[in-house]
Amino acid sequence: MWAYLTRRLAQAIAVVFVMAVIVFFGVNVIGNPVDILINPEFTEAEYQQAIRALGLHLPLHEQFFVFLSNALEGDLGISFVWGEPALKLIAQRLPATLELAGAAMFLSIVLGVPLGMYAGTKPHSWVSKSIVSGSILGFSLPTFWVGIMMIMVFAVMLGILPSTGRGDTVEVFGIEWSFLTWNGLTHLAMPAVNLALTNIALVIRLSRAGTREVMLQDYIKFARAKGLSQRRITLVHVLKNTLIPVVTVLGLELGSLIAFSVVTETVFAWPGMGKLIIESIQVLDRPIVVAYLMLTVLLFVTINFLVDIVYSLLDPRVRVSGAGK
Amino acid sequence: MKRIVTLAAAAALFAGASASAQTVKVGLFSEPSAMDPHYHNLGPNNAFSSNVYESLILQDESQKLTPGLAVSWKPVNDTTWEFKLRKGVKFHDGSDFNADDVIFTFERAPNVANSPSTFGTYLKGKSFKKIDDYTVHAITEKPYPLMPVDLSQVWIISSDVGADVTTAQFNSGKAAIGTGQYKFIEWKPGDTILIERNDGYWGDKAAFERVEVKPIKSNPSRVAALLAGDVDFIDNVPTADIERLKTESDIVLASGISNRVIYLHMDRFRDDSPYITGTNGKNPLFDLRVRKAISKAINREAIVARVMEGVAIPAGQLLPPGFFGTSENLKAEPYDPEGAKKLLAEAGYPDGFGLTIHGPNDRYINDAKIAQAIGQMLTRIGIKMKVETMPKSVFFSSASRGGPNKTPKYSFILVGWGSGTGEASSPLKSLVHSKDAANGFGASNRGRYSNPEADKLIEEALATVDDAKREALLAKATEIAINDLAIIPLHYQVNTWATRKEAGLKYLPRTDERTQFRSLVKQ
Amino acid sequence: MSSDPKETAEPASIETAATAAAQPARLAATNVVETPFQRFLSEYCESKIAIVAFFVFAVILFVAVFAPLISPQNPYDLGQIDIMDGRLAPGSTTFDGATTYWLGTDDQGRDMVSAIFYGLRISLAVGALSGIIALVLGAIVGLTAAYFGGRIEAAIMRLVDLQLSFPAILVALMLLAILGKGVDKIIIALVIVQWAYYARTVRASALVEREREYIAAAKALGLSSWRILLRHLLPNVLPPLIVVGTVQVASAIALEATLSFLGIGLPITEPSLGLLIANGFDYMLTGKYWISFFPGVALLLTIVSINLIGDQLRDVLNPRLRR
Repeated sequence: MWAYLTRRLAQAIAVVFVMAVIVFFGVNVIGNPVDILINPEFTEAEYQQAIRALGLHLPLHEQFFVFLSNALEGDLGISFVWGEPALKLIAQRLPATLELAGAAMFLSIVLGVPLGMYAGTKPHSWVSKSIVSGSILGFSLPTFWVGIMMIMVFAVMLGILPSTGRGDTVEVFGIEWSFLTWNGLTHLAMPAVNLALTNIALVIRLSRAGTREVMLQDYIKFARAKGLSQRRITLVHVLKNTLIPVVTVLGLELGSLIAFSVVTETVFAWPGMGKLIIESIQVLDRPIVVAYLMLTVLLFVTINFLVDIVYSLLDPRVRVSGAGK
Repeated sequence: MKRIVTLAAAAALFAGASASAQTVKVGLFSEPSAMDPHYHNLGPNNAFSSNVYESLILQDESQKLTPGLAVSWKPVNDTTWEFKLRKGVKFHDGSDFNADDVIFTFERAPNVANSPSTFGTYLKGKSFKKIDDYTVHAITEKPYPLMPVDLSQVWIISSDVGADVTTAQFNSGKAAIGTGQYKFIEWKPGDTILIERNDGYWGDKAAFERVEVKPIKSNPSRVAALLAGDVDFIDNVPTADIERLKTESDIVLASGISNRVIYLHMDRFRDDSPYITGTNGKNPLFDLRVRKAISKAINREAIVARVMEGVAIPAGQLLPPGFFGTSENLKAEPYDPEGAKKLLAEAGYPDGFGLTIHGPNDRYINDAKIAQAIGQMLTRIGIKMKVETMPKSVFFSSASRGGPNKTPKYSFILVGWGSGTGEASSPLKSLVHSKDAANGFGASNRGRYSNPEADKLIEEALATVDDAKREALLAKATEIAINDLAIIPLHYQVNTWATRKEAGLKYLPRTDERTQFRSLVKQ
Repeated sequence: MSSDPKETAEPASIETAATAAAQPARLAATNVVETPFQRFLSEYCESKIAIVAFFVFAVILFVAVFAPLISPQNPYDLGQIDIMDGRLAPGSTTFDGATTYWLGTDDQGRDMVSAIFYGLRISLAVGALSGIIALVLGAIVGLTAAYFGGRIEAAIMRLVDLQLSFPAILVALMLLAILGKGVDKIIIALVIVQWAYYARTVRASALVEREREYIAAAKALGLSSWRILLRHLLPNVLPPLIVVGTVQVASAIALEATLSFLGIGLPITEPSLGLLIANGFDYMLTGKYWISFFPGVALLLTIVSINLIGDQLRDVLNPRLRR
């Protein structure tokens, strides 16, 4: 058991290190940030000064060494553009992104599960077929396109929702949240729906598939034979068994939602991490790009590692053989 | 009872209305990267700093110098300028402004840690001496006519913040203390910047009680925010939307010419230029007739009308006429495709040659579209054109030093130049003068054009303190460069701002392209 | 967000693998009248919408393949377009009335019909090419893992799991931040994003096949490992692979459009549908809807039709849902 965990831990660390190498050297290949950040009226001397100020005068492997030794102390570098620690800048914008992703997740479940279950229980009805076709539309529509359409309809033409940005915030536990104010909620509505769109479609399909499978199971036939009402069967037995895969997949999807918020945040000028990373890529703010990517790698590797531990606790074969899945 | 409720509601309504009338919401294309006025010497930062801070000399909407924290300035001898400071000015924290703050600022500004572009540009090679509390001398080794312009770019901060003040302390607001029309309140990066009227301001008070700035980078989103009334004022109105916005009765547009010329730079240093084909290793761009043909083949009116939707002005030199040091003899080259073909044939290229135009696609207004239009026009005189555009993050590094031995990579590029000084020496020095790293000349001369005659005039102008003489020298240098087609000017960029009518605002367009709230006035 | 459908495809297709592969043999035994293909066809045609999707996609494919022959104009020949014809509304004609721009023109005076045809070509090529490379790569890796088992399998599946735990758009973002722009680069990025899905699908199906008698027989005959892998295992894991493939191609096209919109996908000289939409994005509020609306419709039709086909294929190939 311990040998297995140690090996997994070593593997995880190796992955993080390899990714650090790839990300760092990869990001440093393209262009030169100084060319973008410097005032066009520069002279050669000022150019050289800027290169030194950003630490770009060192050979790449030395830069990497500096990065690595700082990273071990929890410092992922100072942003070229903002002049502040990259980690601090990302942390500043994390709550906005989490809020957006959380709201989208909530919408997916609240809208997706009932629709999907309906389509699953009555697979041949006209409504169900529309729901299913609609769900295909849901993940076929390009998010960015839907986003701007929504702005056009709800903000410009109807004027009922604010077009962009994050609304008023309230501080809870030292973090600013906007969903607790009415103004904040109105700002949150469109981006959340936009981001949730694909996930609603996903949940519809998962719960429909789940419902169809469950409906064929013996215990449902049993329940029916026992004379339970259709309503009770659906709400208790089917829902319970359908929710398990939905929740599992959605848990995994949270990371994907956060990643995809890049698009939504760009369209709606939502001040989250996604907007920061896209803008940082565009101006070659390498420390932020590297920090963001490394944080993500770390996050996912940690999740994987924890999942492994849980598996090993649950599955005796792994404990004994240590051979993995 | 009922009446009381109604009254209270009305009062609340009234209070709400007046409060909102005093707060102006702004949708800004690019956000400053710091509240430290000396951290990053670049457009968005300097534009924002101008609200909270002031320099000794201010630039008005057309970049004319006007008294700021200095009431007067003059050269006392060939190498010394004297600045008389304004008395009775108070910083936002209530402390008095005097010469110590000026000296302190000029010491700190070029030396900010991690600065990607420092204010050394304006301060290096100069020493400053406090004569008395309200007199400062600026001394250079050689005569230096641009002293007032240079110092108009440096934002004065209070010496009370201490020499070890950090950028982070400015960002948090602790050290963000200036003398400007507005006080800094709060900055949430990527979200909002709040500033408030400085009631103790020495000059005309700010027109608005509060200004709330929202960065909205996406063009359609910014326009949508204005149309929806979420913001009262936006900058960088995309040319695509101008036509529509003109038809909206509650939107007021303000367009103004800028100091920025969009131009073509040509490889003038390689015989075998990498992006020219079909010439047997010869570089046709060395031939004035070919350059002339290219210039004649470009229909500037069509670019302005079709690509820029009417918001640009065809260019014939480095800065729009009327700016200091421009020539009165230079006009935009008229469209003449037949003449162009004839010139090409005379130069020995009756069937043209292969040429690739490179340009950025996210730097200037409609840059990629202009490059494609140029491609179309040159194709029509027989040059086999290819168009390649890329993000500025890739383009500028390659265009400046992407080739072997850090030479420029491309043969034919579309770029732009805004004159930060508001006069002709800026483009002449950086674009036309031969590359000379040691003396800071030709830093953006990506064609490596070199003309000793022009060089001499430029250097002479930069050492002539007498305004009239300098202006004549700059105009002469401009004429030589343009008649030799060192660069091919296309058009002067025109910038557009938009305000909502009900907010009662008007923006006075600025030639330096800045969005600063001093220029945003009540109608 | 279009990388998501694969998640839906996954749970079903693994089960599919278990039974679908053995299907042809069983069918042949029980039903002498219909060949497996006929049976497949008649089941596919049970859904009218799937038939429509198939024909829509066939038209799209035809247009994409023959774009240079059927387009009224070569939209990327600078000699054929003129900015003076820019931003014309649908149905406008050139000044001499010789050509009609049925869907209008973009800012450069490009005929939108031609631009969409060529854009479809590039979008489909990028989607299909990356899909095929990823499929081949994934199939090889998956088969190798399933066949050899043990440490090799553990190592490979470790990598697959790791890759799959990252959202597709994030991986693509990372890669394009590193690689830069270009058709070749986006294909590389899309291959790296997709291969793991194929590898996982192939391995899951092959694991089931591995235990069957015919493989044991082949081994007993002393056939080489590669021969067994390619000749015997591969054909039997194809059905689930096809299902995953359709979903993947659709999501690759959508992902490319999104990346191009974000400004990190294709360069403007090789405009895919995504880039055409992004280009027209600037005109969204101006009333010149056609510049991005029609490419958007083309993109939508393409993705929806592929997804509908994939959907029906999954239903047909999944015997557990058979009535």
